[in-house]
Amino acid sequence: MSLLSVRDLTVKFAMRDNTVTALNQISFDLGKGERLGIVGESGAGKSITGFSLMNLISKPGFIDNGKILFEGQDIVQMSDADLRTIRGNRMAMIFQDPMVTLNPVLTIGQQMVETLQAHRDLTRQDAEKIAVMKLREVYIPSPEDRLNQYPHELSGGMRQRIIIAIALLLDPQLIIADEPTTALDVTIQADIMELLLELCQSNNVGLILITHDLGVVSQMTERTLVMYAGRIIEAGRTREIINDPQHPYTQGLINALPQQTLPGHRLKQIPGNMPSLANVPPGCPFSPRCDYAVDLCRTTLPKIVSYGQVEVACHEVERLHADDAAQEQSA
Amino acid sequence: MLAYLVKRVFQAIAVMFAISLVSFAIQDNLGDPLRELVGQSVSEEVRQELRDELGLNDSFVVQYLRFAGNALQGDLGTSYFFKEPALDVILKKLPATLELVLGATVIIIGLSVPLGVYTAIKPNTILSRLIMGVSIVGISVPVFLTAILMIFLFSVELRMFPSYGRGDVVHLFGYWSTNFLTWDGWLHILLPSVALASIMLPLFVRLIRAEMMETLQSEYVKYARAKGIRPRRIYFVHALKNTLLPVITVGGVQIGTMVAYTILTETVFQWPGMGFMFLEAVNRVDTPLIVAYLIVVGFIFVVTNTIVDLIYGLVNPTVNLARMGA
Ligand SMILES: Nc1ncnc2c1ncn2[C@@H]1O[C@H](COP(=O)(O)OP(=O)(O)O)[C@@H](O)[C@H]1O
Ligand SMILES: [Mg+2]
Repeated sequence: MSLLSVRDLTVKFAMRDNTVTALNQISFDLGKGERLGIVGESGAGKSITGFSLMNLISKPGFIDNGKILFEGQDIVQMSDADLRTIRGNRMAMIFQDPMVTLNPVLTIGQQMVETLQAHRDLTRQDAEKIAVMKLREVYIPSPEDRLNQYPHELSGGMRQRIIIAIALLLDPQLIIADEPTTALDVTIQADIMELLLELCQSNNVGLILITHDLGVVSQMTERTLVMYAGRIIEAGRTREIINDPQHPYTQGLINALPQQTLPGHRLKQIPGNMPSLANVPPGCPFSPRCDYAVDLCRTTLPKIVSYGQVEVACHEVERLHADDAAQEQSA
Repeated sequence: MLAYLVKRVFQAIAVMFAISLVSFAIQDNLGDPLRELVGQSVSEEVRQELRDELGLNDSFVVQYLRFAGNALQGDLGTSYFFKEPALDVILKKLPATLELVLGATVIIIGLSVPLGVYTAIKPNTILSRLIMGVSIVGISVPVFLTAILMIFLFSVELRMFPSYGRGDVVHLFGYWSTNFLTWDGWLHILLPSVALASIMLPLFVRLIRAEMMETLQSEYVKYARAKGIRPRRIYFVHALKNTLLPVITVGGVQIGTMVAYTILTETVFQWPGMGFMFLEAVNRVDTPLIVAYLIVVGFIFVVTNTIVDLIYGLVNPTVNLARMGA
């Protein structure tokens, strides 16, 4: 049995005069200790997916349909009290911006101890011992002193390490990290990612890593979901998706990577923008930006189907692949 | 910390200087001190002589410096009516006013925090809507109307509370007179305190509610939920502390302002404090007393603001008082 099994997850936002669909029938699985990347441009629905897994969508959003089976229990149907026993305990989350994630008026120690005490019957002294141990695991220097410090006394990188330590406090089965380094200085981004990878591997913790950076995904994860306008449009083993992307959108993302661009050349961004939820075009939502779109793409939504090693939602995937092969032969 | 204090003291001195200048200008332009002293029957020559003697013909600057020098030594002139040093007259009335403000402050804090928090957490209940509705009405009803209605209802109709005066007070340390040590004192201070509190209470409820609602939207509150923290702890530890920080700053200023609002409340309840006295002094054109009142109230205002700033610095971990002076 897999650790996490998401089926047809649909999330909507009740706006003033209509209801928009932010997530449309998302399905995927995650095994114990497996690391999964979720990629896509900003607004694709990655964060909403992450928060849904903890049933933390706040108004005007709501989970409209679907199942989220975590260790066999459906998160969607759970009571608030039961959800609390899972959140921070079996499943932990790392937020995007460490500068605003920690409470400014509580010490690091208070914020760590309260998390432990929310789930275990521990004295403050015992909880602090565990906190210090976890701070040491994320390479925080002189961890005992940190307990009495307030967040503003620490750098962004240090804070994100502490947030990783908090995520590990109760030895969870799954960590959801939503762009954990986007808000950090470029020079320490790689360090934080490396730390996260090391800790997930050594503790056999499952990881869902949300990012818009396919480069990071290729280093960190075993499998990848590519999202576009609230849907999964390609899913499979990370290596296959990076080396042989099937969907034109995924190909566009990979071509836009800095590594794919010769020095002195402009990044090859995909032209156009992702549609807003209020006016998603009919048919394939990517069709207005797609070089390969045919009439069918503009009228009919492509189903996600197995193609080679991956799953992909594109009508023209066969033709595209034939083109690629032809190009490679002629080259 | 020391640098901060020094800076604050300098600011306070600057404010006091401005207040003294205004007060002096009022004194200079309000009424003719000579008439108060000698009446109508004295000839113009004698008047001129007296003017010279009293220094009333000196330039504005010279007169102000004399005034300020005397004020620094605690001499704010002699009340025409009481024939006593103006400062002494006011200081005798000070306890009554400060106790009234204290009573109102306790009521405001005691009610606005729970009401503000409740209406922020449960904005859609009937009770919340009722509280918000009443607070809108409360903001627009003038305090003398509230006070008169309260007297009519609780004193005249229900005969539960006395309608005027301080009742039995106890003298402490030979100077301070307090309402809080006798039952009669408590009965007397309740209605005026509630009336005075009613001015600011709606404002505070709405302020706390707005701040709390904003705090509840913050990332750290969402994060606390993601850690599995109980709602009660999220509301009262994570959110409330952050809510009250900005409220302290705004609230402190308002409580300083309340000293000025006592004029109306004290007059309606015939409360023997500075405000009531001030209105009488205005009626009698008792200029030294008016000026002394302005200076004392200005001083209280400056002191409360300084204290509030210090408290803010102490409770807000992101403010470093030691560094704030720099
Ligand atoms: N509170 C909200 N109200 C309305 N729409 C929202 C809200 N939060 C997110 N959305 C919509 O959901 C979509 C997906 O958001 P999100 O998951 O944050 O994207 P990302 O992939 O960048 O993390 C966005 O296009 C946004 O329009
Ligand atoms: Mg996001």
